[in-house]
Amino acid sequence: MNIFVLMKRTFDTEEKITISGGKINEDGAEFIINPYDEYAIEEAIRVRDAHGGEVTVITVGTEESEKQLRTALAMGADKAVLINIEDDIENGDQFTTAKILAEYLKDKDADLILGGNVAIDGGSGQVGPRVAELLNIPYVTTITKLEIDGTKVVVTRDVEGDSEVIETSLPLLVTAQQGLNEPRYPSLPGIMKAKKKPLNELELDDLDLDEDDVEAKTKTIEIYLPAKKEAGKVLSGELADQVKELVHLLHTEAKVV
Amino acid sequence: MSRKVLVLGEIRDGQLRNVSFEAIAAGKIVAEGGEVIGVLLGESVSALGAELIQYGADRVVVVENEKLKQYTSDGYAQALLAVIDQEKPEALVFGHTALGKDLSPKVAAKLSSGLISDATAVEIAGGNVVFTRPIYSGKAFEKKIVTDGLIFATVRPNNIAPLEKDESRTGEVSSLSVEIKDLRTIIKDVIRKATEGVDLSEAKVVVAGGRGVKSAEGFEPLKELAAVLGGAVGASRGACDAEYCDYSLQIGQTGKVVTPDLYIACGISGAIQHLAGMSNSKVIVAINKDPEANIFKVADYGIVGDLFEVVPMLTEEFKKLKVHS
Ligand SMILES: Cc1cc2nc3c(=O)[nH]c(=O)nc-3n(C[C@H](O)[C@H](O)[C@H](O)COP(=O)(O)OP(=O)(O)OC[C@H]3O[C@@H](n4cnc5c(N)ncnc54)[C@H](O)[C@@H]3O)c2cc1C
Ligand SMILES: Cc1cc2nc3c(=O)[nH]c(=O)nc-3n(C[C@H](O)[C@H](O)[C@H](O)COP(=O)(O)OP(=O)(O)OC[C@H]3O[C@@H](n4cnc5c(N)ncnc54)[C@H](O)[C@@H]3O)c2cc1C
Repeated sequence: MNIFVLMKRTFDTEEKITISGGKINEDGAEFIINPYDEYAIEEAIRVRDAHGGEVTVITVGTEESEKQLRTALAMGADKAVLINIEDDIENGDQFTTAKILAEYLKDKDADLILGGNVAIDGGSGQVGPRVAELLNIPYVTTITKLEIDGTKVVVTRDVEGDSEVIETSLPLLVTAQQGLNEPRYPSLPGIMKAKKKPLNELELDDLDLDEDDVEAKTKTIEIYLPAKKEAGKVLSGELADQVKELVHLLHTEAKVV
Repeated sequence: MSRKVLVLGEIRDGQLRNVSFEAIAAGKIVAEGGEVIGVLLGESVSALGAELIQYGADRVVVVENEKLKQYTSDGYAQALLAVIDQEKPEALVFGHTALGKDLSPKVAAKLSSGLISDATAVEIAGGNVVFTRPIYSGKAFEKKIVTDGLIFATVRPNNIAPLEKDESRTGEVSSLSVEIKDLRTIIKDVIRKATEGVDLSEAKVVVAGGRGVKSAEGFEPLKELAAVLGGAVGASRGACDAEYCDYSLQIGQTGKVVTPDLYIACGISGAIQHLAGMSNSKVIVAINKDPEANIFKVADYGIVGDLFEVVPMLTEEFKKLKVHS
């Protein structure tokens, strides 16, 4: 089976966020594989182990994304592809990213493509379904279970807490939700092996794409941090009085009840 | 510049979801005086058209087809694209719900358009339609505009106030017949786990429990408090992992994102992944026996104490308030 994983290198949002020069300050920040993409990589490896084939992890990014690609290889993926857009494009959005990914994938005969349901930094959840539409294959988002039998696929997806059981077929794109699996940590032998696995680097030119073909349709005009919350009011006194005071404050000061 | 705007209404259990009215309010702003057209897709949904109009739509287009009884991306996209083809709108607004998140990128890809997802505000500024959206798990915000083509956005539930319902408003509800074919995904079964009653992602009040609730029974007082306030019960992953409640209640980075008017966190420590799902709530109350708990850093009001004492007292006090007002 020919399996591809869409992986994004993301800012670890556990980190403190600061802004400098109108942009999120990335100096010294920790970067990780988008957590939902870890589920996608894990699932891809399991599908390959059960059905045979090859797992290729792709990212649209810069040289710095090599680290996360190597981690995916160390987990057990077979190949990695970096589509390096650093020198070619300045402003991109989800239209850009999806178009580049689809252009790369269009002649690869993918049976199964996996991605995360959302990136924890950009947070749009657009890239997976956009890529599927551009490739004209079906997709199922926020999946928690994947069963493949020949070309028949049964997927369970999380829909605001309810579960839908969906029947569909390969070729297919799915996006991972928490609960799909427990991603493995790269083992030491895995890390050693990963160094020798192929990591291919491509540029827009190699995909026969022009800057204009992938020009962003949207633009960020401002980034800001939420207004600092004033220190909250921790109540004191007899518990019964605190409760009365709280209800009074919610009613008259905060006016939410 | 006035624009023609299509707004997708979303139906759940035979009723329009609140987010549909919020999307219409957003659509009104985007329209700048232009026409706002509601769209309803389903098996038999035209009766709901009037309500969309009462909430501000100028008219409504419905596509009724038995193949639209359940949402599928293929079926809905075909119906919607037919409506878009007929109406040729300059803007589209959906709710940022499971359905909206699943459908909007497909439609955007089909139309080669941009898409601004999960907007919490929209305004006209400097001649542009400017959307605000949270990024970095709610730790920062960005303002975004569409620079080329269709204006397309999804709006996060509970953030844009709906217009006042005006029962005297009327408008045309027309129907468009669309052939729906080649559905590539088929829903075989739906397992309902989400709690009955108030929808967590749209609730105005959320009472959430964490590991401090200690057992499934421990959630009972929280349910009572939520009931008195007309709210929903939520949970931290700690409580879900400990099997005190179902994962459908989980709030946070890997659970639901909620922005109610009032969030009451009971026995929740306030881990960063939990805050990602609730820190943009309008007012946050923390009840925790540990005065050092991180949740107090984001809380507007806090009570240091045992939740099993505090929560029932709160329920009683709110009951009194409801009687008096
Ligand atoms: C040339 C270029 C310039 C950019 N400039 C900016 C900028 O100035 N400001 C800004 O905020 N953003 C910029 N971006 C990033 C872009 O706006 C989005 O972050 C990106 O398209 C992904 O969107 P998202 O974060 O909403 O991911 P989502 O759509 O939420 O991601 C969902 C899933 O899609 C897959 N996916 C997402 N991104 C990638 C990727 N890059 N490679 C492989 N798979 C992926 C993953 O599986 C992920 O889990 C730029 C992107 C490009 C290509
Ligand atoms: C990748 C990743 C994703 C995650 N996603 C999420 C997510 O989406 N949502 C989420 O919530 N977490 C998430 N987590 C987990 C998160 O890090 C925390 O472990 C979790 O939120 C802790 O839950 P808790 O606050 O209920 O438990 P604890 O941290 O154990 O806190 C329990 C609190 O209850 C208080 N308490 C105990 N007894 C009482 C009492 N009788 N009265 C009052 N207070 C009492 C204690 O003082 C304590 O503060 C994620 C973690 C990771 C690594």
